[in-house]
Amino acid sequence: MGSFIQYTLQGLASGGFYALAALGLAVIFGVLGVVNFSHGSMYMLGAVGTVVALDEFGLSFWASLIVVPLVLFVFGVLLERGLVRWLLKLDPLYNFLLTFGVTLVIVDLVKRRYGSSGMPYDTPAGLRGQIALGGLELPTYQVFAALLSVLVCVAVWVILVKTRVGMIVRAATEEPDRSRALGVNVAMWVTPVFGFGIALAGLAGVLAAPTRSVTADMGTNFIIILFAVVVIGGLGSIFGAVAAGFIVGLVEAFGQAYAPAYAQVLIFVLMAGVLLVKPTGLFGSGEHS
Amino acid sequence: MFKSSLKIVLGTTVAVSLAACGGAGGPGGGSEKISDGKLVLGVLNDQSGPYKDLSGPNSVEAVKMAVEDWKAAHKDDAVTTDIEVITADFSTKPDVANTKAQEMYDRENADIILDVPNSAAALAVATQAKNKKRVYINVGGGTSALTGASCNKYTFHWAYDTYMLANGAAKSVTDSGGKTWSIVYPDYEFGQASDKLYTGAVEAAGGKVIAHIPTPFPNENFATFITKAQQGNPDVIASMHGGGDLANFFKQYQQSGGDKSTKVVGGVVFLSDIKSIGAEPLKGMQFTDSWYWNMDKEARAWADRFQEKVGTRPTAINAGNYSAAYQYLEAVQEAGTDKSDDVVAKLEGKKINDIFLRNGEIRAQDHRVIHDVYLAEVKDPKDIKEDEDFEKIVTTIPAANAFRPLDQSECSM
Repeated sequence: MGSFIQYTLQGLASGGFYALAALGLAVIFGVLGVVNFSHGSMYMLGAVGTVVALDEFGLSFWASLIVVPLVLFVFGVLLERGLVRWLLKLDPLYNFLLTFGVTLVIVDLVKRRYGSSGMPYDTPAGLRGQIALGGLELPTYQVFAALLSVLVCVAVWVILVKTRVGMIVRAATEEPDRSRALGVNVAMWVTPVFGFGIALAGLAGVLAAPTRSVTADMGTNFIIILFAVVVIGGLGSIFGAVAAGFIVGLVEAFGQAYAPAYAQVLIFVLMAGVLLVKPTGLFGSGEHS
Repeated sequence: MFKSSLKIVLGTTVAVSLAACGGAGGPGGGSEKISDGKLVLGVLNDQSGPYKDLSGPNSVEAVKMAVEDWKAAHKDDAVTTDIEVITADFSTKPDVANTKAQEMYDRENADIILDVPNSAAALAVATQAKNKKRVYINVGGGTSALTGASCNKYTFHWAYDTYMLANGAAKSVTDSGGKTWSIVYPDYEFGQASDKLYTGAVEAAGGKVIAHIPTPFPNENFATFITKAQQGNPDVIASMHGGGDLANFFKQYQQSGGDKSTKVVGGVVFLSDIKSIGAEPLKGMQFTDSWYWNMDKEARAWADRFQEKVGTRPTAINAGNYSAAYQYLEAVQEAGTDKSDDVVAKLEGKKINDIFLRNGEIRAQDHRVIHDVYLAEVKDPKDIKEDEDFEKIVTTIPAANAFRPLDQSECSM
């Protein structure tokens, strides 16, 4: 039983990474109709940025938690203004290919500058060690990362539900055509939403730096799982992305614990199963499909 | 064979097509001592991918250093001073390695190929070496099949292999009191083989493996596997992961409080890994190393020269490439020709001490280069006084005990 609870918590901790990044992906898809293939590389930039911020600017982990996502927000705004925007009117496939190309360029630039092997980053001093939780010893950092990602997801949710800005974005995300028809200026929100989605991926990357290998290629596998997450949750559904993030984290953890040989395939079996039963995903509205 | 003047007239196309037909006895022959009048050393490794820092461009530099040093040592009596170092990138793909090796031997007239840090790629190149009857010295690849079931007359294995990695650390650590082991390994061929080799070595030393834990490959989140490895409180937890997975495993292992009483062992660890993960998550980890830049005066002196040239400390694979290139040139000098069969005859059975090899010997029977290897430990960051001085040598494992004994080898040439 003890290890069952431990596996559950571990699943939630790793689900937090997926939820944060998938949330960004879902928001971008919702408002722009863009499947952002470069999301994995933004996650990587978040982690690499955290290491570089420490090595070259002496920024602590805590400062990076704020600064790195902000820098990526600006980067996202520039990317949207400079490239993505010009293809919005065309078939969504064009932007998918564009962001795929952007990924290749970013990954190779990072390799060129920082090499292809990992970059060291230690667990921040205040988050080392373990905390006892009802007879279980849990890594402090994992608990922190899980709590922070839940907190950010909840905060984003509150903003979306309680504020006017949130309502517009939500309307634009989940019913873009109808929102337009009702006179909501969806276009105005496109740029900041894109930047915000990129910033969320960057935040997941910052959280990954102390606990995962920081390399130029770290986003490559991540993006594949991430796509599975948003497909399970329902493309464009914000709540679905977050819920599916945690579900996938749990499936992965229990898979690794009880059927390790199938752990990776289980996620995609789940995805296939969801698609069979409900092609729009668990929480998808279907407008985009 | 053609006379040299005719050869020039006919141009390279003929040379290429001749070589592609297989030829006989490799390069050279006729009146020339050295085919085409020059020696060509090909370094085939990963110039841009995950093994770039382990070997890559720095190994090419090391080979160039070997050529310079060798020329300086043989000013007047050198059999040739026209020595070219060529290089190619196989981007960790075995099929690319296969094609590049073919190109090097056939089109660029390489007399020898060095390195190839990937097991599947190394085996492909060994097959090319066998078919083309040209020398191949593997340095960066790990598979002990190169001097086992897949051995051949023209292939040598210089620095380390999977048998030696497992045998060294498993025996030394079990002997020093680590009786119960949990082995965590990536669930593909290399990981499964390492698990078997480690288990064999631990049991032979009187220890017991209480858990074998396969993990997906590659893998980001190791939390559940770490929990499993810790169940049953083993004396030792060994991770057979490499590269990014190694970093993931040890970062998360340290966060889960694994650094208290259990000893940790790394299955395949190189200086470049420690550099990329940092000493903090790895401190106290033990592993088998084939060479370390600060292990003695001779190694250190060479490492200083290397750093001056390249700007970083050499990995064992960099140093191994230097040693392999240098000793190949020595063998050519002794043979007085670059004819593969003559050079191989000079290499076989040769006893060597150089900057890399201590008590080295090229076993004639299977072409395994045996030499002293080391049980190394990653230092606590507090004890690191000098840049990149991450390792402490715990014990030296003598050449005779370090590698697979001949009677266990499946090699027949």
